[in-house]
Amino acid sequence: MKFRRRAQQQEERVSLPGMYRVGEPIRDTKAPEGPIEDRWDTRRFQAKLVNPVNKRKLTVIVVGTGLAGGSAAATLGELGYKVKSFCYQDSPRRAHSIAAQGGINAAKNYRGDGDSIYRLFYDTVKGGDYRARESNVYRLAQVSVNIIDQAVAQGVPFAREYGGLLDTRSFGGTQVSRTFYARGQTGQQLLLGAYQALERQVAAGNVEVHTRHEMLELIVSGGRARGIVVRDMVTGEIETHLADAVVLASGGYGNVFFLSTNAKGCNTTAIWRAHKKGAYFGNPCYTQIHPTCIPQSGDHQSKLTLMSESLRNDGRVWVPKRKGDNRAPGAIPEDERDYYLERIYPAFGNLVPRDIASRAAKNVCDEGRGVGPGGLGVYLDFADAISRMGRDAVEKKYGNLFEMYERITGENPYEVPMRIYPAVHYTMGGLWVDYDLQSTIPGLFVVGEANFSDHGANRLGASALMQGLADGYFVLPTTIGDYLAGAGSFGPVEEGDVAEARKAVQDKIDKLLSVNGDRTADSYHRELGRIMWDYCGMERTEESLRKALERIPELREEFWNNVKVPGDAEGLNQALERAGRVADFFELAELMCIDALHRTESCGGHFRAESQDADGEALRDDENFAYVAAWEWTPDGPVLHKEELDYEYVKMTQRSYK
Amino acid sequence: MNLTLKIWRQNGSSDKGRMVTYRVEDVSPDMSFLEMLDVLNERLILEGDDPVAFDHDCREGICGMCGMVINGVAHGEQKLTTTCQLHMRHFKDGDVVTIEPWRSAAFPVIKDLVVNRSAFDRIIQAGGFISVPAGSAPEAHSVPVPKADADAAFDAATCIGCGACVAACPNGSASLFTAAKITHLGLLPQGQPERESRARAMVEQMDAEGFGGCTNTGECTAVCPKGIPFDTIAQMNADYIKAASK
Repeated sequence: MKFRRRAQQQEERVSLPGMYRVGEPIRDTKAPEGPIEDRWDTRRFQAKLVNPVNKRKLTVIVVGTGLAGGSAAATLGELGYKVKSFCYQDSPRRAHSIAAQGGINAAKNYRGDGDSIYRLFYDTVKGGDYRARESNVYRLAQVSVNIIDQAVAQGVPFAREYGGLLDTRSFGGTQVSRTFYARGQTGQQLLLGAYQALERQVAAGNVEVHTRHEMLELIVSGGRARGIVVRDMVTGEIETHLADAVVLASGGYGNVFFLSTNAKGCNTTAIWRAHKKGAYFGNPCYTQIHPTCIPQSGDHQSKLTLMSESLRNDGRVWVPKRKGDNRAPGAIPEDERDYYLERIYPAFGNLVPRDIASRAAKNVCDEGRGVGPGGLGVYLDFADAISRMGRDAVEKKYGNLFEMYERITGENPYEVPMRIYPAVHYTMGGLWVDYDLQSTIPGLFVVGEANFSDHGANRLGASALMQGLADGYFVLPTTIGDYLAGAGSFGPVEEGDVAEARKAVQDKIDKLLSVNGDRTADSYHRELGRIMWDYCGMERTEESLRKALERIPELREEFWNNVKVPGDAEGLNQALERAGRVADFFELAELMCIDALHRTESCGGHFRAESQDADGEALRDDENFAYVAAWEWTPDGPVLHKEELDYEYVKMTQRSYK
Repeated sequence: MNLTLKIWRQNGSSDKGRMVTYRVEDVSPDMSFLEMLDVLNERLILEGDDPVAFDHDCREGICGMCGMVINGVAHGEQKLTTTCQLHMRHFKDGDVVTIEPWRSAAFPVIKDLVVNRSAFDRIIQAGGFISVPAGSAPEAHSVPVPKADADAAFDAATCIGCGACVAACPNGSASLFTAAKITHLGLLPQGQPERESRARAMVEQMDAEGFGGCTNTGECTAVCPKGIPFDTIAQMNADYIKAASK
């Protein structure tokens, strides 16, 4: 089997020419060496400092106000830098981090259940299917404990026990209880903490927040990121903002699939524009499909809603044993139900990592055992939990999630099992950054979901909040200083570079408005999303990806010749905003498919049907693919730069949750 | 089902604005209210008309971006529900539905159903925080918080800043919004050092923004999609009086 696979891969590599070229390998030159537990200390000590008087003279732009961007802007303001923060929403508090439900991991070991920084590090590297950097992940685990301290001091109302101490719960992919939570609204509470810290800096005069502004281009001058071009979404004015460094915290690109659990406004424009200006894109094909989302109800669906993974702590996932069994769930006797996660993965049961739970759901539905409309759903049943803990206890723990489910579906989950189905939720890929979170464009830093760095090929639950806040509160504010210490030699920004960036923005807007065809941008987005879901979704094959790579350029061509964008560029024009984002999604989609096609192994959220073991589990190919794929944009097509991944501490093994 | 929509259209803050009637057909009961408006907008674009501008983002009832007055009620008649979480199964064939923006002097209309709520951000800037720079926090377990206090603080902290309370209040008061933050932070031990200065600064900013005063009508809490308790306003008043009398 192994030999056959390798032969197949070689054949594929030969058959890919024309699609991309392979360039020089890339290295993370900032990662310190030495014992892993000392590396962050070493880097902090090596990093040059900016003297407090000089900080006031330095401007940093932060795009995005979610957990990473909000916390970064607030902390840079506290340090004394002049900060300009941008978001497309009407307030920084709206960023989509707010919708994170379940919790945030931290290696506090408050339970005494054997947790430690090393174990969080180990779980995260393993959960990421050995495609993340050890140094970064170790630092993340180290900093995790400071995040909880910081949030508690800010007044984040985490769940507590009767003794007044913090409560924790378990999450997928781990066997310890290390997830801190605030009912089902942990993201909201953490984001409001960061937002309040940010507004405090606004009041102090250190941060300017520009709401309802969308970044449409990066200004690169003298080889450095020196500013951005934005559109004021209320007046339509195109504005230039210059700075000494630019931080992108613009989130993930899951909306390339149209239907995802992202907010409607989430988009790839900021990172895609930066990519086209020279920032490499890391692992674009690594997409996380979350197993517990509310199934789609019809063609009008505009987004999907996630139900926190924490529900898998007490809910049991099942489908009927018999194909096409359409009896009501209550009428199916116990011995005719298949609690397939408990059956296949007895050690982790319902708490297997997300990629595994999602694929298992897809498999049972493909077998014809799915439930609900179209057979695209599985049950998440709380009957046992209710009889064990009592309805009140279940309500205390999950009340708001149950209400949300009922509002959307019209069904009461206390009485009928929930129906869930996987949906696109998070993108592990993003702009390539080094240990300092700096991209391949000097002065362009990328934090949170917008970068590729810490989750490898699959993110564990409750780790997104951890990473966003680690980057924003603790990592970036230190590492950016090392770069800004050299600001004296940056020189002025060339006018020609600004004019070029502004022209690119204006040309694109003019072009979108001038097509005047007969399809809306949304209808193209829906069709693109369908292609991506069918051909580059939960399961990918060479055939499906090639099909996608044929269809996407055709559809993009049609879009540019037939899209209809109403109105003009003056004032609020939401249809114009959407059209611009869809145009960038088209280009990103193609790169995602190329990345997925070239990576002929399966790993984490990237499942290539050609690469699976006898039990249908993802089969990695460490010999050929233990690297980060960092893609460079060129007018002649993408160039692949490989960053080899070394594992000194965690031994690479086939993940097993059985 | 088929519906008649009467929607407020206003092209910019200087336009007078008017109600315009639209028909929508074949509305599925499983659609959300905003998905129904998406369908209308797709049609308006293709017909060469200006689509209806409205704010929305997460569509999960948590970001606080959406909000419209539906049949005279902020976020519509479903209790504890944001506009984006309102589903069409609560309407019936032939219904006439009026849709208007939040109306308040402190929330000027930008376009159609989109209003400017930046006054809320300025109220938070005035003192809606605990001053704790990153890196300076003590160990999280060094200060236990009684569970009852933590739970009550959480209940107040769930405010999403949508502004429905202002839209519903006959005085256009932002008291529930302001009180929610004052109560959240004032109930926690970490929030004590700034408790009085916070209450005073936030209330003064609320007044400066042109929001009206509270006369205890309770309309705010009745429409609040997160059920922020009305007694938070009593807490705010108590803290404010204590601060002001010093």
